[in-house]
Amino acid sequence: MSSSASSQPVVHPVGSARLLWTVLATVAVLTLLAYLVAFDQGAVSRSGMYLHELMHDGRHLLGVPCH
Amino acid sequence: MPLTTTTPPFVAVLVRGLLAGLIAGLLAGVFAYVAGERHVEAAIAIEEASTHAEPAAGAHDHEDALVSRTGQRGGLFLATGLFGAAMGGLLATAYVLLSRRRRGDDDGRSGLLLAGAALLGAVIVPFLKYPANPPAVGDPATINQRTVTYLLMVVLGLVAVWAGSLGYRSVGAQAPTWLRAAAAVGGFLLVTAVSYVVMPSFQEVPADFPATLLWNFRLASLGTQVVLWTGIGLLFAALMHHERRRRAGTALPST
Repeated sequence: MSSSASSQPVVHPVGSARLLWTVLATVAVLTLLAYLVAFDQGAVSRSGMYLHELMHDGRHLLGVPCH
Repeated sequence: MPLTTTTPPFVAVLVRGLLAGLIAGLLAGVFAYVAGERHVEAAIAIEEASTHAEPAAGAHDHEDALVSRTGQRGGLFLATGLFGAAMGGLLATAYVLLSRRRRGDDDGRSGLLLAGAALLGAVIVPFLKYPANPPAVGDPATINQRTVTYLLMVVLGLVAVWAGSLGYRSVGAQAPTWLRAAAAVGGFLLVTAVSYVVMPSFQEVPADFPATLLWNFRLASLGTQVVLWTGIGLLFAALMHHERRRRAGTALPST
């Protein structure tokens, strides 16, 4: 996400360390989001089984092991 | 250097991936609701009948649950929407990371290829080993083991796709297409077959669970994921195409 990215040629968009950290943070947040939907049992979300129960049908139909 | 070979900044790609994923997730939710909900209902009826017969076996009490069945049906859209957004964002990230390898500026094609690779590696390969289970199928005692092996199978599926692309590229561009395709299929099948043999199997379908219900549920579940990834691929490609036209349009108004 360098400031000159808007006119950068296609060769190496992953050049700067800042972009690398942005990418890593993004992957971490998105993985957490997918985890909360697909696998959380309250240990991470601190919501008890509420999220788990709310997402119950979605988890079954997305094909993730549920119970 | 013509402006058409520029690549948009990471955040611009990410936002489009998230949006494509959210919309595709909601579409997948609609498909799941229409095609799958009645099978979930039927399976829950069977689960509750067996729980009432022998109360000790109750794994998952649907009666005094935290969330009502209506809430869970609504939660379906929340689940597929959020899951879709997460997958769309990860696809966009992979797209940016792999853009170093792209020779041209063919955004639509590589976005579609990535979504197809994800569908094959992260959905179809794991599904054939560990197919989706409706309520009442699956032993609660093995849920942690099944979750870990399922996730491992997703990783192995993606490795298999990567092995396929490695095979395709390793043969060399001057080789005939059929040979490159054969190398791709060979690499993919090798990893998939070894994974299927090495990974443990779980036979936990109750003997009296209706086979047609199981089949219909699994078909609906696979369909949900196919809708999700097809949607992500097409929408992401469309949004990136629009983005490219918009960017090119500032320099070349005719495109």
